[in-house]
Amino acid sequence: MTSIEVTGVSRWYGNVVAVNDITMSIGPGVTGLLGPNGAGKTTLLHMMAGFLPPSRGEISVGGQAAWRNPDIYRTLALVPDRDSVYAFLTGEEFVLATARLHELADPQAAARVAIEMVEMTDAQDRRISTYSKGMRQRIKVAAALVHDPQIVLLDEPFNGMDPRQRLQMMDLLHAQGDAGRVIVFSSHILEEVERLSGTIQVIVGGRLAASGDFRAIRRLMTNRPHVFVVRSSDDRSLGAALIGREAVRSVELTQNGLKVLASDYGTFTRELAGLSRDHGIRLTEVLPSDESLESVFTYLLAS
Amino acid sequence: MSGLVNGVIMRITLRATLSRRRALLLALPAIMLIGISALLRATAATSPVWPPEILGQVGFTVVLPLTALIIGTSVLGAEIEDGSIVHLLATPVRRSTVIFSKYLVATALTIAFAAVPEYLAAAIATSPGSKLSIGLLAGAVAASFFYNALFMFFSAAFRPGRALAFGLIYVVLWEGLLSNLVPGVALLSMGHYGLAIANAIASDSALHPYLSTGTGIGMGVALAAVSIGLGINRLSGFSIKGDVV
Repeated sequence: MTSIEVTGVSRWYGNVVAVNDITMSIGPGVTGLLGPNGAGKTTLLHMMAGFLPPSRGEISVGGQAAWRNPDIYRTLALVPDRDSVYAFLTGEEFVLATARLHELADPQAAARVAIEMVEMTDAQDRRISTYSKGMRQRIKVAAALVHDPQIVLLDEPFNGMDPRQRLQMMDLLHAQGDAGRVIVFSSHILEEVERLSGTIQVIVGGRLAASGDFRAIRRLMTNRPHVFVVRSSDDRSLGAALIGREAVRSVELTQNGLKVLASDYGTFTRELAGLSRDHGIRLTEVLPSDESLESVFTYLLAS
Repeated sequence: MSGLVNGVIMRITLRATLSRRRALLLALPAIMLIGISALLRATAATSPVWPPEILGQVGFTVVLPLTALIIGTSVLGAEIEDGSIVHLLATPVRRSTVIFSKYLVATALTIAFAAVPEYLAAAIATSPGSKLSIGLLAGAVAASFFYNALFMFFSAAFRPGRALAFGLIYVVLWEGLLSNLVPGVALLSMGHYGLAIANAIASDSALHPYLSTGTGIGMGVALAAVSIGLGINRLSGFSIKGDVV
């Protein structure tokens, strides 16, 4: 069975530790690498893809070492985050050139299939320089899939995609995963994984913080404590009503409205509207306070 | 994969190099060289001294190395700089094939933009097919092979900006200045290997060849082979830079 085995892998740059002693095993299906920017997701993906040697530890991909081993690219594909393609080529030329570099028996047919898969057939004769960010992502995915790899690594594949494209890409990845391929993608946007069914590996500060089924992680995400700033026609009465609720941990009356610490993001947002209606209070503003991704992930880590 | 060179890589490299704006700059030194020759030919008439002096010095220490530097560092360096090399390297194509394919394109372009103009300038200065013009052409073609091997290695081994900087230091300080002042330095000068080969055919002391033909060919081939070998090794260990936390 195809898999990626990461054993005690660390990677540092001088004094900076990017990846810190990570061990994981990734099998067929879709796996999301989740974590804030700078958590080490890209570094880890690059090591899996053979584009970076681990400072310590071992990585094997489909039973082979990844580093200094171009043969792994017969079964592995990487969709890099950087938006760097040969922009002077048309989409079709780019995918076809990739098919030829893989020395496929019928490069034309393979390129056609791959381009259809990402729904880029209509734009395939345009130069990549004219593509939007989302289209570039898709043509990169087409080039990566052209040789029908068993392992596909995608770095932030949903960057620059609109919700519809994101959905379509997620479906495509799931179809690939269901067909028994190992699909790994990274993301720093929590909402992106909502559509995901599969495994999630949460990476924070270079360490593997949590791993497991997407449902468990998603539940943790919606049930996390959260600070809201609420303004209404009568802050004091609303505050008094709120403090009686289970989902509210504390309420602070400030000049700029109520600062509410909710113990449960999901319940609070559902209850707030009904509560204010029952008390005849008009809500003028409900703002989730600025919440760094770091703090969300740290919370996930602690759970 | 099989072949020593790869057609797809060569075509993409050629298009990339010629589609970049700086490709227009490549033609300038060559046009300048031909222009100077035509001008001197019209004014200085048939003096036997200036053609080998000008074409040997200006041609082999300015036009040829700078053209090779721009081309040799861009065929690989530009793709490393913008990251598109990843798409090429994420295929099972042998790294030696990548280097050889790009090396061949770079050398061919250098011959077209520097060695052929060198011949044309010499043909204008003397006569088409003269010993000097043939000698300079042979020397310039050989030097194109030598220089590009070195600059390919630079761009495989160093960050793109540094590769260009090191190349410039080598061309301007080492070759342009030192090798003409200190005779021993010529032993490690690609330009002088070319001049030695040119002199083998033209046998003209005004070319100022400091090296014997054998030394020029031997050293040139040896250094080019070492450079290519090191370049392949560096590319095999290519790691993605940047994106560091």
